Amino acid sequence: MTFRARHLLGIDHLSPPEIVTLLDLAEDYVALNRRTVKHADALAGMTQINMFFENSTRTQASFELAGKRLGADVMNMAVAHSSVKKGETLIDTALTLNAMQPDLLVVRHPNSGAVNLLAEKVNCAVINAGDGRHEHPTQALLDALTIRRAKGRLHRLTIAICGDIANSRVARSNLLLLGKMENRLRLIGPSTLMPAGAGEMGVELFENMREGLKGADVVMMLRLQKERMDGGFIPSEREYFHRFGLDAEKLACAAPDAIVMHPGPMNRGVEIDGTIADDINRSVIQDQVEMGVAVRMAALDLLARNLRAERGRAAAGVMV
Amino acid sequence: MTATLFTNARLIDPEAQTDAPGSLLVRDGVIQGIDIDAPEGATVIDCNGRALAPGIIDWGVKIGEPGERHKESFRSAGLAAAAGGVTTIVARPDTLPPIDTPESLEFVTRRAADAPVNIRHMAALTKAREGREMVEIGFLTDAGAVAFTDGVRQVTDTRLLSRCMTYARGLGALIVGHPQDAGLSRGAAATSGKFASIYGIPAVSPMAEVIGLDRDLALVAMTGCRWHADQITTARALPALRRARDAGLDVTAGISIHHLTLNEYDVGDYRTFFRFTPPLRSEDDRLAMVQAVADGLIDVIASFHTPQDEESKRLPFEAAAPGAVGLQTLLPAAMRLYHQGGLSLPQLWRAMSLNPAKRLGLPGGRLSVGAPADLVLFDPDAPFVLDRFTLLSKSKNTPFDGARMEGRVLGTWVAGRRVFGGKP
Repeated sequence: MTFRARHLLGIDHLSPPEIVTLLDLAEDYVALNRRTVKHADALAGMTQINMFFENSTRTQASFELAGKRLGADVMNMAVAHSSVKKGETLIDTALTLNAMQPDLLVVRHPNSGAVNLLAEKVNCAVINAGDGRHEHPTQALLDALTIRRAKGRLHRLTIAICGDIANSRVARSNLLLLGKMENRLRLIGPSTLMPAGAGEMGVELFENMREGLKGADVVMMLRLQKERMDGGFIPSEREYFHRFGLDAEKLACAAPDAIVMHPGPMNRGVEIDGTIADDINRSVIQDQVEMGVAVRMAALDLLARNLRAERGRAAAGVMV
Repeated sequence: MTATLFTNARLIDPEAQTDAPGSLLVRDGVIQGIDIDAPEGATVIDCNGRALAPGIIDWGVKIGEPGERHKESFRSAGLAAAAGGVTTIVARPDTLPPIDTPESLEFVTRRAADAPVNIRHMAALTKAREGREMVEIGFLTDAGAVAFTDGVRQVTDTRLLSRCMTYARGLGALIVGHPQDAGLSRGAAATSGKFASIYGIPAVSPMAEVIGLDRDLALVAMTGCRWHADQITTARALPALRRARDAGLDVTAGISIHHLTLNEYDVGDYRTFFRFTPPLRSEDDRLAMVQAVADGLIDVIASFHTPQDEESKRLPFEAAAPGAVGLQTLLPAAMRLYHQGGLSLPQLWRAMSLNPAKRLGLPGGRLSVGAPADLVLFDPDAPFVLDRFTLLSKSKNTPFDGARMEGRVLGTWVAGRRVFGGKP
């Protein structure tokens, strides 16, 4: 098995073989999830804690379901509302949880790098469920699985990522993953939402969406992160939709069999026209949600295997 | 009458810009001369060919008194300074509460007697550093304030700042600015670019420094006051500084040793000991700044010693407090610049000792006859690996923890009295 990571903190640390291993395992879980009896026992007896310092419905539900289907005891901690308000630091919260002996910790935090910091302080496996503007690795992995299933491959594709790149951790993780798999990447968006230094990242930049979409195999839309905007990135939502919202006319510039993706939740009429989002011939948005559960099951499974092996070696007194 | 003769020394004279073997005679705390005979009964210190230089004058040190004595006291800062070859600390006024009245200045002046090295104080420029009303610049000058600054809080009200400058000019007082545009800098913890984008850290364009500097220089041209930029850290700000100099404005500039020895990529995996204000810059900028120090365009190198307790740093990068301790690491970090060939020892001592003395009207920074015997004896080549817990500062937040460094202080003297080191 080619998957050595102890934590899943970002795509940055994964090698292409590790990515492929994870996606291959996720395929098995896609099949399992389509059965009536969806139970496996990869995490039987293990405890998984979902710690979300930022509100989330979809990602948290996906991780919860993934853990439960693999037989783990899953607990959700809504830390956004509790001890943090009482002044407890991130590290103390982590140490408190760590003392409860969880095996898997799923963490989302509004600050970039916060999950890395936390992972240094606990002795269970940590999955980054999104940290600030940094990374959201399981989203990139589920996007990769969705693309691979729709296009039959995950390399030599022209992929356009459109919208609020600067504030998006989804964009960062996707850039890293799709770049590692050798795809041609384009970023489309107003220059206020383009990250500084994007020109040095080996991607093509477009401020004209029609040009950017020309011949694209995959159109990946991003949500306008209103909560991360401290004012004045775009003049209005309607102007944004006019220039960067995906509608039928702009989509016609892409390859005829191009797929449309969106990490959700969508702002219909802001970054994507409702009819495109619902077009079952083009939109794979619902598939992304389905793949999300499978990819998270695969990630939890692989980390649990490494954790067991590590503990086994420690128990046997083997130096590692 | 006591006399001490330092023989067999490598004398670093920043005034003459020389680095040559010789001996130095000190009597009653004052330098008597170079290569002259010692009187009967003088103590002789054999320097074994090690470097003897004027003590460092570290301009811009934060001490936790009043308000944050758990982070640093005058005593602990003084001990760290002595161990680092710093013989004069120029303390910052950004304490809790700030040093903005003659009374609070008198308090810290009294407390400073705890330290074994010289301590001079800067005062705030505006009351409570709020940028609304100017402090009593006259009274504070009489009470010993050597300069006026609101620290890293830029005075955004240009009308108020122009009045402060005009008033200060009348008194001959020096104003220290922090030329970083406040609007662009808001919330930033890194310099914008590929690194900050990939790591998702809120970032500021280096252009904020150009805007801040241009604005302040225009006000200096308007008011004619004496002005010093605390830190100039980007290459793009240098032409404006040079133009101001050429136009005859009374302007000087400094930089922190961290911006001369580290770059933005050193932050690595969100290491909060590398968070600074302004943030670390690109390698191109770092190299340009080393050259600017060599050219004399940047006048002053300082540590910007900023003690932070462990809790202020054990946080996500953007939430962590900025700054690093530096009194004890300034000299070995500066040796990196020496060993890499960028700057000679006399050039370094011009920036770390002579220029601060000249600009602040202090007597040290020289090896000339009549100067106080504030001296540091050090081995520029002695290697060591830094363990942050060996630092004498109460706070241990140094970016050089675990780093291989060269340059060990063997002895420090303040007014001829030994404050650090045993027999060399």
